[in-house]
Amino acid sequence: MTALLDHLPILPIVVPLFAAAVMLLVSDAHRALRNTIAFGSLAVQLAVALVLLYQTTDAAAHIWPNGIGVYSIGAWSAPFGIVLVVDRLSSMMLTLTATVALAALVYSTSHWDRPGQPFHSLFQLLVMGQNGAFLTGDLFNLFVFFEVLLAASYGLVMRGLGTARVRTGLHYIAVNLAASFLFLIGVALIYGTIGTLNMADLLGRVGALPPHDRAVFDAGAWLLGVAFLVKAGSWPLNSWLPGAYGVSVAPVAAGFAIMTKVGVYAVLRLGTLMSEDEAAATILGEILYYTGLVTLVSGMIGMLATQHLKRLVAYSVIVSSGLLLASLGLGIEAVTPPVLFYMTTSVLTTAAFFLLTGMTDRTRLVLPRTDEPESQGDVLPVYMAFGVTSPDPYGTEEEVGAAIPAAMAFLGLMFVCCVLLVAGLPPLPGFVAKFTLLSVVLETAPVVGARNAGWVLAVAVLATGIASVVALTRIGMRLFWSPAQRRTPRLHVLEAAPVAFLVLVCLVLTAASGPAMRFFDATARSLHDPQTYIETVLGARAASRTGGDAE
Amino acid sequence: MEAVYALAIGVLVAAGVWLLLRPRTFQVIMGLSLLSYATNLFIFGMGRLEVQRPPILEGVDVEPALYADPVPQALVLTAIVIGFATTALFLVVLLKLRGLSGTDHVDGREPEQ
Repeated sequence: MTALLDHLPILPIVVPLFAAAVMLLVSDAHRALRNTIAFGSLAVQLAVALVLLYQTTDAAAHIWPNGIGVYSIGAWSAPFGIVLVVDRLSSMMLTLTATVALAALVYSTSHWDRPGQPFHSLFQLLVMGQNGAFLTGDLFNLFVFFEVLLAASYGLVMRGLGTARVRTGLHYIAVNLAASFLFLIGVALIYGTIGTLNMADLLGRVGALPPHDRAVFDAGAWLLGVAFLVKAGSWPLNSWLPGAYGVSVAPVAAGFAIMTKVGVYAVLRLGTLMSEDEAAATILGEILYYTGLVTLVSGMIGMLATQHLKRLVAYSVIVSSGLLLASLGLGIEAVTPPVLFYMTTSVLTTAAFFLLTGMTDRTRLVLPRTDEPESQGDVLPVYMAFGVTSPDPYGTEEEVGAAIPAAMAFLGLMFVCCVLLVAGLPPLPGFVAKFTLLSVVLETAPVVGARNAGWVLAVAVLATGIASVVALTRIGMRLFWSPAQRRTPRLHVLEAAPVAFLVLVCLVLTAASGPAMRFFDATARSLHDPQTYIETVLGARAASRTGGDAE
Repeated sequence: MEAVYALAIGVLVAAGVWLLLRPRTFQVIMGLSLLSYATNLFIFGMGRLEVQRPPILEGVDVEPALYADPVPQALVLTAIVIGFATTALFLVVLLKLRGLSGTDHVDGREPEQ
């Protein structure tokens, strides 16, 4: 049992990898078996994530001192071998990933996973990439896991095909490949100057760099930062995001909800680790603050401008990224806990909202135009090859299985909940998160001499809230109050339940905001204490070596 | 040697970026390939350029200064594999878009004249 507990940190990577590989061998005829494997894998991941979450809290301090667990792969110790590091931030992100992925998976089994490419394998690989990125303790593996999750997302974004999806997929791949090259160059520069890629080891050595090497190192760090900001959907590197999220089918978009937060996570992780250096931290903070602010405003304008619900939700992802980056850019420690709270709620919200768009799309008699009519003429042969008879198999098809009663009422209720969450209105946690964030910002910003910056951020956040209410009510009125061009869709219970589940998780988060905030406080404390992180990761070396000698 | 090496990477990057910004999908994929070559060379160069120094130690009691740093070479191998796979995937998407839209423009339609 203890042996199994020791190996818990590797499970979120190994389990989906094997599940994905096995599911490739299961043909479409054995759908039940494939679904069982997919569910089993995600259930295990959720369980593991919850156990890890428990182990990193103060309640389990006897298991991992300081709430940081180090797993050396192949028992090769820290700076030379590859380590996985579980701290509060990673375990929190793991739990979030598993929750969202489980909801999206349940949703997809209603009919979205039917024809075409191996949806379930790609989905598991997407989750594996996200888990790995949250767990890894060194930069190069961060790159590898980024690539894993991106490669899976390339396949998923084009699910259902059609010109619009393939074209947007092409843009998406090109942008992300270019960003990956920047990431690699940054990693190479850092390795070239400092001779290590382990994040903990890296920081111990930055201070000792001679000035001319330091400049090269900084260039590498900036390149990494640019690559992370592309993934985080920060302005001006986010023009791919609304398109890619807007055209992808609902469960895929929901699975992507946490993807931009991987970029934010990387910024947060490396940013706090780098915060030892005052001057660099200040410049980094200023850049983050201004790009975040512009991202926030550009997302707001996008929300007001778009007519299509899924694109609107995609813009709300940009808004949340902007808010996170701008608040982190203030460089105030006390802001980190509300930022984490906001990140959690915004991931759950956008996932629920994306799932909802899959159902509201079906109330239309005519399918929405994403941005241009598709040329249907030469599409058919391609679909025939994939065994799909209609160009958009997810559009208007009637599903089999249990449908829920009062479909429009359910849709309306969930829509209102999602609007409240996105706009940050009470009583849902969107409000709690924004309220704590802004109150902390306004309270502490004058202390560190960033009074104006704090106020500007507060005004921008509130304005975005109003703008999202305006944009969403406009779309809501058209969705629910113009019945002439509408029909009541049949909603499968498997589609309705995940949305309700995610909204319910949000409600629970409101009710339990006290304990949640205490956890986020502890997370922030451990994040802003990089020395403990460094010592724990590198200290694991000594421990494992003595352990090895004893055997 | 360093100057020639750096020049080669610079030329590759310049050509790659220019091609990446062109409107035809084939040019874009060539640009991405050139960029990936440049990146790989760059990572390799970050392990310092040396001749006649093997990366793998032989024996236990050896002078490390006589050997090349093996880590960048391992990184390059990984980066090559990943870059190759993603470029292949991009190629498939490129062909698909060509089949669906009937043009090789990245936007899936010819710009209005």
